Amino acid sequence: MMATIRESLIVQQERDLVVCRNRVKEVAVKIGMGIVNQTKLITATSEIARNMLIYGGGGVMRLEVITRGKQEGIQLVFEDKGPGIADIQKAMQDGFTTGRTLGMGLPGAKRLVNEFTIQSTFGKGTTVKLLKWKNG
Amino acid sequence: MEKIPILKMGKFLLVTIQVDLYDRLALTLEEDLIEMVFKTGSKGVLIDISALSIVDSFMGKIIGNIAGMSSIMDAETVVVGMQPAVAITLIELGLPLSGVHTALNIEKGMALLQSRMKADLDDDENDGDD
Ligand SMILES: Nc1ncnc2c1ncn2[C@@H]1O[C@H](COP(=O)(O)OP(=O)(O)OP(=O)(O)O)[C@@H](O)[C@H]1O
Ligand SMILES: [Mg+2]
Repeated sequence: MMATIRESLIVQQERDLVVCRNRVKEVAVKIGMGIVNQTKLITATSEIARNMLIYGGGGVMRLEVITRGKQEGIQLVFEDKGPGIADIQKAMQDGFTTGRTLGMGLPGAKRLVNEFTIQSTFGKGTTVKLLKWKNG
Repeated sequence: MEKIPILKMGKFLLVTIQVDLYDRLALTLEEDLIEMVFKTGSKGVLIDISALSIVDSFMGKIIGNIAGMSSIMDAETVVVGMQPAVAITLIELGLPLSGVHTALNIEKGMALLQSRMKADLDDDENDGDD
């Protein structure tokens, strides 16, 4: 049995994005996640962590290896105490942005993982949860 | 400050990205490349991303900007060596990478640029005849 992995990484500056991506990759390799799923999860991590840094003023990424029945996977929870999102439905649409970018981060990340939940309270902060199964 | 080296190879510029880029480094590369295209009058830009384990929306936007600015200066951009898993992920992420050519490796990318330059020359000759 492998020791359970459960940890938190702080995202306060650009370099932390690289640290988050690298750590997710390490853990993904460790549990034997295939290269395509790995790449999808790391890309989603990059999108959500960057949003948290740019729009949420930084926050924390909690990483956990979880099992459900026979499935094993990685769960990532990104939590910030930033301004929150006024209209989540709008923010989830392809091409919606309040920045000057492509607006693909949230909807794209959702497509790349098995489970995606977003909670946001305007004025209080945003929490995004990603789950990717090893063979999902 | 750290920088990604840009090599001049004949009429083309070659950039090999060997590390996973943090955002500021990618932005610096964009500025440097555009300036180099302008200064050298290069006709093509090859960006080797075979060492990149992901391309996210930020990196995608940078590559798109490089291609867009280069094309204004009459240079074409070819991204070479994209790993299959990265390509699959990019499609699902929904990034178009419009205006960017892709090739399997540097050699094929170079051949692609050369053939496109030749096609351009032929076009110019035809224009002259009319
Ligand atoms: N953690 C957050 N806190 C506050 N607002 C957020 C947060 N994450 C996303 N948003 C809002 O949701 C919008 C859409 O996010 P999304 O990642 O889809 O696009 P983007 O970041 O604007 O562009 P891209 O990710 O393509 O570079 C953002 O423009 C921003 O207004
Ligand atoms: Mg984003």
